[in-house]
Amino acid sequence: MPESLVGPPLARARLHAVGDGSTEDSEARSQQRTIAGPPVPGDGQEPPSPTPPEGSRLGALWSGLWPKLAALALALTIWELVVLSGWRPDYVLPGPGAVFSRLWTDLLSGDVLVAAAITMKRALLGYGIALAAGVAIGLLMARVRVLRTAAGSLLTGLQTMPSVAWFPLAILLFQLSEAAILAVVVLGAAPSIATGLLNSFDQVPPLLVRAGRVMGARGLGLYRHIILPAALPGFLTGLKQGWAFAWRSLMAGELLVIIGHAPSIGVRLQFSRELSDAEGLLAWMIVVMLLGVLVDGLVFGTLERIIHRRRGLTGLHG
Amino acid sequence: MSAALPHLPKLLASVPAPAARPVALRLDGVSKRHGAGEDAVIALDTMSLSVRAGEFVCIVGASGCGKSTMLNLVAGLDTPSAGQVHVEGGRPALMFQESALFPWLTVEENVAFPLQMQGVGRGERKQRVAELLAMVHLEKFARRRPHELSGGMKQRVALARALAQRASLLLMDEPFAALDAMMRDHLHLELEQLWQQTGLTVVFVTHNVREAVRLGDRVLLLSSRPGRLVAEYQIDIPRPRRIESTEVARTAREITDRLHEAARGAGHA
Repeated sequence: MPESLVGPPLARARLHAVGDGSTEDSEARSQQRTIAGPPVPGDGQEPPSPTPPEGSRLGALWSGLWPKLAALALALTIWELVVLSGWRPDYVLPGPGAVFSRLWTDLLSGDVLVAAAITMKRALLGYGIALAAGVAIGLLMARVRVLRTAAGSLLTGLQTMPSVAWFPLAILLFQLSEAAILAVVVLGAAPSIATGLLNSFDQVPPLLVRAGRVMGARGLGLYRHIILPAALPGFLTGLKQGWAFAWRSLMAGELLVIIGHAPSIGVRLQFSRELSDAEGLLAWMIVVMLLGVLVDGLVFGTLERIIHRRRGLTGLHG
Repeated sequence: MSAALPHLPKLLASVPAPAARPVALRLDGVSKRHGAGEDAVIALDTMSLSVRAGEFVCIVGASGCGKSTMLNLVAGLDTPSAGQVHVEGGRPALMFQESALFPWLTVEENVAFPLQMQGVGRGERKQRVAELLAMVHLEKFARRRPHELSGGMKQRVALARALAQRASLLLMDEPFAALDAMMRDHLHLELEQLWQQTGLTVVFVTHNVREAVRLGDRVLLLSSRPGRLVAEYQIDIPRPRRIESTEVARTAREITDRLHEAARGAGHA
């Protein structure tokens, strides 16, 4: 008997328009026209237009860019003024001109590229392991309530602990090796990622979960099809925080765990200090900052923009 | 219990007598308690009802009458504290007051979702989604995302998605409550036509008595705290009905009076 109720082929059930004009047409028309037409048995409000016109896009780019450029100019000016004031001799605190020309030579010689490659390789490896571990821990704690109760505060404790504090132990366990650095990077980032995942699950609208269950999503399918995608914007915040922790732990690690044959950014910084090479030191600091901004803005910023645009969460991003 | 309305002539002679059709949904003495001990709240109290296949039943009651609790039980999202729920023909489809569309999917992906869950192949999915979107007049919006649609359009996508489930029973939890009057009138007509053409069984929960009379073959009246079935009205006004018509208004008034009575009764208790 249930089958008989499934009804005739859907094509037959296609609705005929109400009154004289077809609804789909009048509604589509009301979409294209921006002025209000005669009352249509369609929708009261117009859906927002998905893309702004070209001109305003360039304008938006510029209006986003100039404050950044102004802030940069201001920072460089203050730096230069401090140097000019003679507060410290310029072999200790060189001005921006000297530092940037040094950065340029290091860039041309390939030193920056080599160091950045070593450091980024560690960062990616460590972050990758932290991501896998964090997601696994987060999922497990979300699924098993007792585990969450048991390990929740432990996770918070791990997250608030400065990861540098792990280094003495890591060096004891792994000596001055890649493994020591990697271990601390993972320990720094994984709790943030796990916590971020848990928090983002808590913020999934229960209505969407109900809807998913009604439509037959159960168990792991519910996670895969509903909870994970619904949690994605919140999870991204956790990922971003995890990255920040990984990057900080890595810098600390490279300063403490010097591996001679791997001239990473940290090694370069440390050598510059030992050689009292202030120009080089500041140039490498700028490299650290630029890499951080690059990953944060380019990788996470782009992901955030895509997700927010798709879901219409553009209120904060303009 | 049954209060047939004497002033309304029976005009639906062409439709098979409802009593001849099989039962699609039956509740036998269903109760639902939330919490335990002293603090327990009885949301539903020994509710018994049956809905025949192809019937359009509206459930009306003030807030707190356990309407949503009942739908949750029928949808299998919750289990009754006592009694039994029988649903024929597999898991029912459920539509909410909010569209509950998935914001990370496009309109067509949303409609395809229940098909995907049922393991329907890609090709068939595509074809069915196109048919369903045509049914709700949204084929031009297939690639849009939910946030680009207005409230009425979202509810129509939600309806298409519910229909995609191919359930024989469609549960609707105040699906048009958040829409403006004109949109609502329009969707009443669309829903009525879809129902007539597909032979679906519909259980439609609302607090709007006129809406219930506009749509239902039968209107069930629930009291509040605890939710209990207090009256049942057979609506024999010929279709398509208009929500402004005098017959609808008169019947709605009668039901509303009874509803107030029930509410006062609950207040005294």
